[in-house]
Amino acid sequence: MIIFGTALLGVCYLLGILLGDALGGLIGVKANVGGVGIAMMLLIASQHFLKRRGLLNAVSEKGITFWAMMYIPVVVAMAATQNVLVAAKAGPVALLAAAGSVILCAGVIAFINRIIQRSHGDQPWAPDANVG
Amino acid sequence: MLHMIEKAISENQLIGAFAVVGLIVWVSNLLSRYLTKGRVHGSAFAVLGGLALAYWGGMITGKTKGLADLTMFSGLALMGGAMMRDFCIVATASEVHVDEAKKAGWLGFIALFLGTIIPFVVGVAVARAFGYTDPVSLTTIGAGAVTYIVGPVTGAAIGASSDVMALSIATGVVKAILVMIFTPALAGFMRLNNPQAAMVFGGLAGTVSGVSAGLAATDRRLVPYGALVATFHTGLGCLMGPSVLFLAVKAISG
Repeated sequence: MIIFGTALLGVCYLLGILLGDALGGLIGVKANVGGVGIAMMLLIASQHFLKRRGLLNAVSEKGITFWAMMYIPVVVAMAATQNVLVAAKAGPVALLAAAGSVILCAGVIAFINRIIQRSHGDQPWAPDANVG
Repeated sequence: MLHMIEKAISENQLIGAFAVVGLIVWVSNLLSRYLTKGRVHGSAFAVLGGLALAYWGGMITGKTKGLADLTMFSGLALMGGAMMRDFCIVATASEVHVDEAKKAGWLGFIALFLGTIIPFVVGVAVARAFGYTDPVSLTTIGAGAVTYIVGPVTGAAIGASSDVMALSIATGVVKAILVMIFTPALAGFMRLNNPQAAMVFGGLAGTVSGVSAGLAATDRRLVPYGALVATFHTGLGCLMGPSVLFLAVKAISG
């Protein structure tokens, strides 16, 4: 039943929000602390657990994947309801923050990957390469 | 006739929003295919289109909820509201397979943490330079530099204003687009030619749409490896943004 997947997703979501609220109260922040992230981890864990015991079939999983696929459309709807008018006045912030982080991250990626290739020897990818 | 259509939509707001967003995504995919030969992902056009429509809605109504302030499009507020958004983000975690995730190992973790902290610091520094001083705005803009999901989720959790949220999303969207466009160009420089490198890239570059589109334009076979790590990126960002990072900014800015 497709609703089982959606229900599992819903339970994980609510538990995550609940734990996030509790964590927020615990560290003295008047906010939900990482509720979405906790819910994601709960979903990964419970899905892994149920699958290994054969309790989650492909049809039930569709009740989760549908919502995963809806994520881009929902983000589009969210974008369409933002106060862009005000943000546009602060344009350079968005551009500079984005460009700065992309450039810096590209540098770090290049650095890490050079270290990996130096320690493993220079090996471009082969289709059946063993990933360690 | 027009009046009847308007009535039908405004009485069934959420369904109307599905149709409107579907139309935006369809047009965006066409733009992606024919204008950029698929190099810029359709979802990037769609999000940009959404922001453009929000700008237009704001100009017409003079209110703060973008296109949703027009009665015909008010369903967008429900579809794009916090409940649906967070629900769908949690659902994307289902695409992560634990057994495969283990292959990313410690490298993936390091890349993920760096990929959250570096953009955040850059975002906060830029926001600071442009005169933002309160920790809530600084954190929200910094989180936006991580991904355009982490920004609004963090902002909503710590109570940022809508204009700062919009700026935060804009930052994330600009970043995703930059990643899509410049990944193929910088692939040689980043040594992006094996699965491990793709995982490091996925962790550091962030945004799933940016990573998957960027890798697809570089080498299609690398896509799942990068996307696998990148799917953790939003979760980690959502976990760290309103908690550790917010507290750090709060402590530093007094």
